[in-house]
Amino acid sequence: MHTFEFIRPPNQAAAVATAAQSKTAQQGADIRFMGGGTTLIDLMKLNVETPDRVLDINRLPLDQIEATPDGGLKIGATVRNSDLANHPKVQKDYSVLSQAILQGASAQIRNMATVGGNLLQRTRCVYFRDTAMPCNKREPGSGCPAITGHNRTLAILGTSEHCIATNASDMCVALAALEATIHVQSPKGSRAIAFHDFHLLPGGTPHRETVLEPGDLITHVTLPPPIAGSKQLYLKLRDRASYEFALASAALVLTIAGGKMTHARVALGGVGTKPWRSPEAEAALTGKSANEATFSGAAEAALRNAKPQSENKFKIELAKRCLTYALRAAAAG
Amino acid sequence: MSDANPKSHPPDPTRRKFLLTSGSGVAASLVAGYVPALAKDTGVESDPSPTSTGSNIEGAVPITLRINGKEHSLRIDPRTTLLDCIRETVTLTGTKKGCDHGQCGACTVHVNGKRVLSCLNLALMHDGEEITTVEGLGTPDAMHPMQASFLACDAYQCGYCTSGQIMSAVALLKEPCGPDDAAVKELMSGNICRCGAYANIVEAIQQVRKRA
Repeated sequence: MHTFEFIRPPNQAAAVATAAQSKTAQQGADIRFMGGGTTLIDLMKLNVETPDRVLDINRLPLDQIEATPDGGLKIGATVRNSDLANHPKVQKDYSVLSQAILQGASAQIRNMATVGGNLLQRTRCVYFRDTAMPCNKREPGSGCPAITGHNRTLAILGTSEHCIATNASDMCVALAALEATIHVQSPKGSRAIAFHDFHLLPGGTPHRETVLEPGDLITHVTLPPPIAGSKQLYLKLRDRASYEFALASAALVLTIAGGKMTHARVALGGVGTKPWRSPEAEAALTGKSANEATFSGAAEAALRNAKPQSENKFKIELAKRCLTYALRAAAAG
Repeated sequence: MSDANPKSHPPDPTRRKFLLTSGSGVAASLVAGYVPALAKDTGVESDPSPTSTGSNIEGAVPITLRINGKEHSLRIDPRTTLLDCIRETVTLTGTKKGCDHGQCGACTVHVNGKRVLSCLNLALMHDGEEITTVEGLGTPDAMHPMQASFLACDAYQCGYCTSGQIMSAVALLKEPCGPDDAAVKELMSGNICRCGAYANIVEAIQQVRKRA
C-alpha cells in the first residue's frame, strides 16, 4: 500500500475544500473520502487505488435516515448498509431496497459499507484488480484483456470496445428502480443528480465512472414518496446461494390495477456496465395486462441490445429468465 | 527445535509463547522482529493499566484504541489495518488474518458492538471506539456461552477460522435473524470454514439461541 496522510476533516466544508484539491474524483484520485473502507482499502492494498490523502468522513453528521417534507426518505451518505436495510420505513415502503442490500455481501461488510460508498462501488473485473495486467479503466489506453480473456461474469449491456466491466452493486439496482436522487456538496454549492444520470457508460473513457468532480461529496440520497400499493421485488441469481456477486438480478416496482400494470419500474444488475434501468422493459409493461406474454415480451425488450462476450452469452438467457420470474412472482405477491 | 527438554519451557506453553521463548534463536528473532511490542505480551490480559507501545516507523501517528475495555496508546503507520494493529502492535493474536481482502471473515471483531472485518478498516478510523476481540469474550475458565457451545458441538476442525466464526456468531445473537438454520447460514455466510465444519457451527449457534 502506498503511504498516505490520514485526515479527519472537522466538518463538511473542510472535507469538501480539501477534496477539491484532488486532480480528479475518478480513477487515480490523489485524495479520497473514506467511508466504510470495504472497497477503498481493498483496492489500496492491491495498489489499484493510491491516494496521497485519505479523508475520513465517518464522523461527519451524515448518518441519519429521515422523512422528507414531501413524504419521501432522506438517507445520509454514511448510513451503514445494514442500518438502511433493517430500517422499518425502508422495509415497509421501499422493500426492494432492503431486499437488494440484504442479498449483497456479508453481514460484516453490510455493517461497514456506507450508502455513499456503495454508490461508488468498483467493478470486480479481475483485470481491473490486477496491476500486472492492462486495463483501460485503471490505466487509460492500456487495453482491455477481458474482451479476449476471462469475461464470464462481465457485462452484456452498456459495454464498449474499451471496457466490459460489470457494476457490482445490488443496492444501486434497487435505487435505480426507486428513482432515487443523489445529493452532492461541492465548493460551488450543492446539487441534486437523478440516479440514472449519476453513473456513466464506459464508452471511450472507462476510467470515468460517475459525474463526480474533485471536491464533490455525496451527502445523502433521497427517495420519492412510496408508490401506494406497489409490489416490490429484488431477485438475484449467482453462483453461490450467499455472499456472491450477481450473474443477473432484477429490481421491480410494480403497481397493478384491474389486471393491468399502471406503474412499472425495472432495473437489472450483474449484466450492465452501470446499474441498468430498462425503459424498454417498462414501456413493454406499462398499461399492459399482467400475464406471461407481457412478462416475456418485457424481458425480450430489456435484453434486445445485449452484446455477449466469449464466455457470457448465457447471461442473456439468464437475465431474461430472471426478469420474467421476478415479474411473475411480484405480480402474484 | 534444538531444545528437546520440555521442562525448560513455560508451564503452559501455547504455540505462540513456545515460539517466542524457545531456545531456537532463529524462530525467536524472526518473530521478535515482526512483533515490536513483544515484551508487553505476557501481561496484556491481567494488567488493567493502559499500555503505551508502538514503533519508530517514519510517519507514525499517535492513536488510542480501546480493546476489550483496556486503552492502548500507540504510534502506528497510517496504513496499519485494524487487524494488523490488533495482532502485531497490541499482540492480541486471537484475531486471525485469512485472506486480508474481506472475503473470509477470519478477522471479524466487534466495533461498538457490531461485527466488522478488521482487515478492511484502518486502525486510525477507530480512535476511541470500543473494540472487542475474541480475547474479550471469555477465558478458558469462564467461556462465553458461544465459546462453550462451539467446544461442546466440535464446531471446528483446524480452528483457524474459529475466532472469526465465534465473533460473528455472538454478534448474530443481537441481529434480526429468523429462527431456522437457513437464516443462520445466510447471516454466517461471510465466515468461510475451509475444513467444512459448517453443520456443527450452525448447531453450536442454534443451541445458544434456543437457550437464550
